[in-house]
Amino acid sequence: MSHQPTAISHPRGMSRRHFLSHLATSSLMAPAAAHFLSNLQTHAAEIQKNRKACILVWLQGGAPTIDMWDLKPDAKTGGEFNPIATAGDMQICEHLPETAKVMDSLSLVRSMSTREADHERGRYYMHTAFVPNPTVVHPTFGSVVSYELSPQRPELEIPAFISIGGGSFGPGFLGMAHAPFVVSGDGQIRNAELAGMDPRRLNQRLQALSVVEETFINSDRGELPVAHKDVYGKAVNLMTSQQMRAFKADEESQQTRDLYGSTDFGISLIMARRLVETGVPFVEVQFPGSWDLHNDVFNSLRDVGLPKLDKGLAGLTRDLKERGLWDDTVIVCMGEFGRTPRINQNVGRDHWARSWSVCLGGGGLTGGIAVGETNEDGTQIIGKSYLPGDLWATVAHALRIPLDRVHKSKRGRPMKLAGGGTPIAELIG
Amino acid sequence: MSIQHRFGSMFRYIVTLLGIIAIAGGTSRGAEVDRRREASHPDVDPVVTFVDEQIRQAWEDNEVTPSERADDAEWLRRVSLDIVGHISTADEIEAFLADESEAKRADVVERLLDNSAYVTNWTHVWTNLLLGRQTPRRTSRDGMEKFLREAFTKNRPWNDVVYDLLTAEGHYEENGAVNFLLGQLDGNPNSEDYTVEATARVTRLFLGTQVQCTQCHDHPFNDWKHVQFWEFDSFLKQMRRVDHRKTDPKTGQRVDDYSELVWRNYEGPVYFERRSGVMEVAYPRYVDQEFDSKKETDRRLELAKVMAHDDPDHQVARAMVNRMWGHFLGYGFTRPVDDMGPHNPPSHPDVLDRLTDEFAASGYDLKKLIRWITSSEAYHLTSRFNDKNRIDDPSAGEVPLFSHMYVKPFTAEQLYESLLIATQAGESVGNYQQAEERRQRWMREFLLIFGGNEQDEPTLFSGTIPQALMMMNGELVQSAGSGEPGSTLHAVLSDSRLKSDALRVHKLYLSSLGRPPSRRETSMSQKLINSNPDKLAAYQDLYWALLNSNEFVMNH
Repeated sequence: MSHQPTAISHPRGMSRRHFLSHLATSSLMAPAAAHFLSNLQTHAAEIQKNRKACILVWLQGGAPTIDMWDLKPDAKTGGEFNPIATAGDMQICEHLPETAKVMDSLSLVRSMSTREADHERGRYYMHTAFVPNPTVVHPTFGSVVSYELSPQRPELEIPAFISIGGGSFGPGFLGMAHAPFVVSGDGQIRNAELAGMDPRRLNQRLQALSVVEETFINSDRGELPVAHKDVYGKAVNLMTSQQMRAFKADEESQQTRDLYGSTDFGISLIMARRLVETGVPFVEVQFPGSWDLHNDVFNSLRDVGLPKLDKGLAGLTRDLKERGLWDDTVIVCMGEFGRTPRINQNVGRDHWARSWSVCLGGGGLTGGIAVGETNEDGTQIIGKSYLPGDLWATVAHALRIPLDRVHKSKRGRPMKLAGGGTPIAELIG
Repeated sequence: MSIQHRFGSMFRYIVTLLGIIAIAGGTSRGAEVDRRREASHPDVDPVVTFVDEQIRQAWEDNEVTPSERADDAEWLRRVSLDIVGHISTADEIEAFLADESEAKRADVVERLLDNSAYVTNWTHVWTNLLLGRQTPRRTSRDGMEKFLREAFTKNRPWNDVVYDLLTAEGHYEENGAVNFLLGQLDGNPNSEDYTVEATARVTRLFLGTQVQCTQCHDHPFNDWKHVQFWEFDSFLKQMRRVDHRKTDPKTGQRVDDYSELVWRNYEGPVYFERRSGVMEVAYPRYVDQEFDSKKETDRRLELAKVMAHDDPDHQVARAMVNRMWGHFLGYGFTRPVDDMGPHNPPSHPDVLDRLTDEFAASGYDLKKLIRWITSSEAYHLTSRFNDKNRIDDPSAGEVPLFSHMYVKPFTAEQLYESLLIATQAGESVGNYQQAEERRQRWMREFLLIFGGNEQDEPTLFSGTIPQALMMMNGELVQSAGSGEPGSTLHAVLSDSRLKSDALRVHKLYLSSLGRPPSRRETSMSQKLINSNPDKLAAYQDLYWALLNSNEFVMNH
């Protein structure tokens, strides 16, 4: 064999260019492998045009938004926290001081009314904009974004919908190609490492694979064998793509990490920002830890949840702005519902979907305002209320996804984008 | 045919008599064809003859020419995957290929039906259908599997199994049958929605009818009406789950104990709301038969009786026949298999009717049904298209004509079990418990990669990047290729009877793809081996390629 590698291993795995250079000189280069790899080289050189993206910060368990975004200090339901002034035209919780400083960029919707107060059903409803229904599995909105925007981003070598820290929901009737690509909170990707394998050896394997796969494809058995080969092509791209560096948040400076609060949550958010910079249009970040605070809600919030969220959210906002990504990137921060205004006997709050708040901003949405309001004890919405579909329609508007898009379920039932929701006028003004 | 399930009713004798007459008729009509059949199947069953005639008629009507008969290797791999859920070993394949008996295919079916893996496979298939891949909360998957294992071991009549699943009561480990309904019950028993999931799943799985939409409105195409959903639902009102708690003696904490399904007093109709906001009532009613709604009526018992025994249309049998045909042939007579009804006419109504009647008449004998389906001519065709049946492509939306076998992607279970066979990795794992733990660990990993519990297609090994990564780099395939003692690779490399690379390559192809390599593949393999001074590494690379190939993960 003529191939003579100059360096077998790279200190931190094989870089993409390095890998490609090996392949280029290999006499065993499989034609199919060469094809998709050369495609990628071309794409890598292209400059990205559409940069719109959404980062969903998911507060699993259902956060007590009455203690965070819509405080009622004078009511019996008000709890222990005081509101503070912000850079925007609203007050928020005193334990979100850093976020308060960037509230001129973020906005609140204080009139979410979403009816589903069970964790699973609420998670489904808030992710898909559809109430769970046994006849059809709806796509989570990240899958919708992947479906709509990935065809416009041929240069993207990694999946268009990435979920950090698990969670999210499936692609439903949009198909597995738009499933969330799940990575752990620290960016570990299952089975994606070349594990120090000599690229020559991987190439030999791929070449042998190519012969076996083509034998089967040529035996005339329909589309599935071809689809299999395509998926393997994508998986190899992923393993060898330079864009995988987006997952390596540890490449960031200590200064950047400090900006996000140097927490596990901060690392996940940094990764989300890196992914957005790379061209990924939808990233979901699971907040590490549960907001399902049936007990001891105030101590938990003050000592654990809020400080971490505060620094993370403020850091992400500032970082996106500094990098010029803010006008292209929408942030949505919410869980499956809010929590009861009533404080229970365990000094906790229970599930509550009738009147609660969501925080969002960026992507050209209006910042610094609070849309909608609740009554004096937070139990009722005054005036207009909003559904998850309205929220996602607002995001779709910001991402330039046409609102009249209709997707078809497996049985051909038409499904309106974002459950037929309407963008929230004050935010898109 | 097994004797034990024949009840000897007059009706069944008549069916048998009719069957004998049908044989006579069949012979005189298509003598040549039947002789050909008899050559390969010495005991041609009149049911099979009928099925074949009907399917052939559809080929003629649609002007397609069936593909050729699958060769022995292709067929053995298929029938093994379909009946026992995994591929055959290289030794079994070699023995089968060398066997010159005319009845060898029928013999294999018998051997597979008697294999303990038959029980394991169908237990997994039905546990997944009854509970989903992720066990619902406070439901015993073990209990469910135990019940099913016994049912498949004894080849219990399917209608009896359905009867038990519908009527079961009690502790979720002592009476495993309760877990099916238990798994559908959550929340407040007094809520009108409490039994909605149960209604949807009972009708879908046992009647092959999708009624979920009619929970809220009349079905736009289906003839089920809004009221019928609630009429069916009202049969299921007299049950509730009870979740027991106990104090852990070590920690003093309250923890979960067992759960059970218990009787719940309920009388009168179910109330439901029309979309117009008008409230209406629904009494327990099955097709045309209405039941007393007094509290003394045991509604689940009445429902089970009519579904499992008294339904003149044998809908339970029809649903199972359609599902089983779909399992073996890749597509049922309706698509999906569990959405039958006037709105969705079957592709081969006469075959479906006949198999339904025969299955019911056989005493709902599942093994008998499997023998019929696997003896059909269609089941023996290759999965290759030919130039005259290219239109027969259900994946493109066409009505299936069964003029060639359709390629079925592996299920998660088939992939796991087949990897164990192909690599002999199972040999090194200790007892049943350890093997089961390992299997469950892998299934969890698999579920994680799939990240969902969706009921239909996505549960198949449908091909995603994380799946491909799992196959390329994951633990199971890595350890399969390690070449450790006991593994296939080690056995092949140390077998003194395999004197050449060609023989070894041949063995690896049989072990994974169930067929000998083509000439091009042999030369590719030889080149790969020659180019690498490290022989083990070269063989590892080859086996990696075989296990990662499209052919390996497809049942064709």
